[in-house]
Amino acid sequence: MALLEVVDVSKVFPGVRALDDVSFTLQPGEVHALVGENGAGKSTLIKVLTGVYQPDGGQLRYRDEPARFDSPMDAQRAGISTIYQEVNLIPLMSVAHNLFLGREPRTAYGLLDEKRMFREAHEILLRYGVTTDVRRQLGTLALGAQQMVALARAVMIDAKVVIMDEPTSSLEPREVETLFGVIRDLHSQGIGIIYVSHRLDELYQICDAVTILRDGKVVHTGKLADLERLRLVSLMLGRDMSAVRHEGFTGFGGDHGGAEDAAPVLKVTDLNSRRKLHDISFAVRPGEVVGLGGLLGAGRSETIKAIGGAYPVDGGEIAVDGKALNRPTTVQAVKAGIAVQPEDRKAEGIVAGLSVRENIALAILPRMSKLGLVSDRKIDEVVRTYMTRLRIKASSPDQRVGDLSGGNQQKVLLARLLATQPKVLLLDEPTRGIDVGAKAEVQGLIDELAAEGLGVVLVSSDAEELVEGSDRVVVLRDGAVVGELRGDAVTTEALLETIAAAAVEAKEVGNDD
Amino acid sequence: MTTEAATATRPAIDLARVRAWLPKYGVYVAIGVLVLYNVLFTPNFLTWSNLRIQLIQVAPIVIVALGMALVIGTEGIDLSVGSVMALAAALIPLYLGYGVVAAILVSLVAGVVVGLVNGTLVARVGLQPIVATLALFVGGRGLALVISDGQLKDVRNDDLIYLGSGDFLGIPMLVWIAALLVLVVAFVVRRTVFGRRLLAIGGNRPATELAGVPVKRVLITVYVLCSVLASIAGLLAVARIQSSDASAVGLLIELSAITAVVVGGTPLTGGKVRVLGTVAGALLMQLVVATMIKHNLQPSTTEMVQAVIILIAVYVARERKSR
Repeated sequence: MALLEVVDVSKVFPGVRALDDVSFTLQPGEVHALVGENGAGKSTLIKVLTGVYQPDGGQLRYRDEPARFDSPMDAQRAGISTIYQEVNLIPLMSVAHNLFLGREPRTAYGLLDEKRMFREAHEILLRYGVTTDVRRQLGTLALGAQQMVALARAVMIDAKVVIMDEPTSSLEPREVETLFGVIRDLHSQGIGIIYVSHRLDELYQICDAVTILRDGKVVHTGKLADLERLRLVSLMLGRDMSAVRHEGFTGFGGDHGGAEDAAPVLKVTDLNSRRKLHDISFAVRPGEVVGLGGLLGAGRSETIKAIGGAYPVDGGEIAVDGKALNRPTTVQAVKAGIAVQPEDRKAEGIVAGLSVRENIALAILPRMSKLGLVSDRKIDEVVRTYMTRLRIKASSPDQRVGDLSGGNQQKVLLARLLATQPKVLLLDEPTRGIDVGAKAEVQGLIDELAAEGLGVVLVSSDAEELVEGSDRVVVLRDGAVVGELRGDAVTTEALLETIAAAAVEAKEVGNDD
Repeated sequence: MTTEAATATRPAIDLARVRAWLPKYGVYVAIGVLVLYNVLFTPNFLTWSNLRIQLIQVAPIVIVALGMALVIGTEGIDLSVGSVMALAAALIPLYLGYGVVAAILVSLVAGVVVGLVNGTLVARVGLQPIVATLALFVGGRGLALVISDGQLKDVRNDDLIYLGSGDFLGIPMLVWIAALLVLVVAFVVRRTVFGRRLLAIGGNRPATELAGVPVKRVLITVYVLCSVLASIAGLLAVARIQSSDASAVGLLIELSAITAVVVGGTPLTGGKVRVLGTVAGALLMQLVVATMIKHNLQPSTTEMVQAVIILIAVYVARERKSR
């Protein structure tokens, strides 16, 4: 008897098919991994399962009966509980109150029976390794403990299915062990668990089955033990490895041949940031494109932001052209010649309400002005240059950037970066969410800029793009460098292998072989 | 008026265009309608003495609203402007002994100090603007009362009286000053690096930060400007009524200023500042009150009409949920 079945479920948003005939089955007592990169459809699927979204096609079957959840409350009442990455409990209330929220024990007179509540809460939480005083405010607990409270709460409401969305992302190793203990316990009680995570080691340690999503489709579902790591990664990231490799699939040309002996334009040494980045070191020479590879959450975006001064750094050195920057602010980073294209274009890139002109000029206003007065003539010159060079399609420089297509928005953002005449360009997913034509143009532009002597750092979840665009690829996992691909070793296969390798097997690939 | 003409010629109204048009120009249309109504139905409306009174009354609101518009343009708000006016007013009689210039400078410095505190709380400490400025909204007036011993003080100084009640080329000095400040602020928003950065911060702060703009410095400057404008309004209030009363000067003006800004078409979500719209917003609210008074309507009715206008302004300017 299947516990929960998803049968040919589709979900369409304007312009996007977020879920395309997705099917999978969760058995009682099974820990089922749900994996996929950003935009693969994981969150949409979870939202369909928990009643946030209604499927546009297909159906859900719960305990062998067709089911329909009109709201998250509805799903919860049926026994489907979700634990999110960020704990969604009430930090100012006590641990016990949080645990019993909405189902508080009462005395014979209908008043809150706090004594019983505290006693029971204490007993329940002991099983989850939480020994703290249950009268404490939840917000004063460590994140791991808070997560345990959330989990205890989820299981308490007679859950049959528990969905865990990256439950370990904020946990210490010791807490992860406790969590796994609890999961094994749930497993033996016949509760089905859907486990979303990007940490391969964890998946192989705790999960029985796996379903891999890519671009809204299920690309694989089955026993996890039967699936090699390498194959799992290649299914997640790239096209099927056995499939034909199209040479020139991307808009990238060949090598850029950054001179091997040239002094690095960007040198990062032992970059550290609390729990997220550990001793990251690499260098970029002028004219070289260095790729940062790895799965979601490996620390690629954090590395880029830390270099650009937009992510807290605990230690390490960043040097541009040999000049060291000590924990730069964004202002200092831009001045030093670092230009960062953030991953989330809408949230951190463009200013949607302003015109193309204002967006391009944003970072160079001081250069475009005298005594604080802006010269629109100078700005127009620069804007015209970059609109032509990047072929930005807008009705005029005065058009709102928010009304442009994704590709043109990205080009406006690149124009802003280039206008600062940077020495290093840090690109985080430069071709995400833009159409094929613009994609090739952006890729061609990266080549061109490298040829002009710029140092480029490229992050991309598209394995082919990363391999074809980069001269070298530095591979990250869990915030640390685990390998580097050079020369002939810069291939999709080697990249996937390095990503898939277990932590203990981490090695440098491509020196001699 | 023009909307109606447009819809008449084209039966299928282009709703999207009307919606883009309304927040921008609706306030001017409303002023036009109101003026027309008054010209036709209100006796003695079109007299110079009446217009003069209206302009003198609206001038301090315009000055405070200019600063408020800048703050709102950064997605902030400044509740402390009324208290800043009281502070400036309380300081004037204390320093008038050193000359009128000294007294004015001291009250302006008070504005700078309050602005620095507000700006630092918002930009560096990271408090929400409404909370950060609430502190000085409460404390500022208290301080003003302490400074003035809670007493009304007569202020007799010829220069100040000229500022408050004098004319230049037949137009009150107050109106000249307000007009000059409107031009200055409009110029700052449109032509300066600071103005452009301010709009970018209101539009998307993280993006502006990543672009290497000194966001904190710009934000602090915005709050300082707002407070300085409020202290100008405060000292002008003293000049006009020829006395300083810290318990009354600028009372509730933050609400009038926010209303003027919102009715003028500046969105509370930031990223846009309509300077002329703000002036028009202040004028509109003033006209509404004047019209009601002239037609012997209760103040309570006036307040309800004001409420309706604010609701309409917020409604037409609300974020379109596109995409």
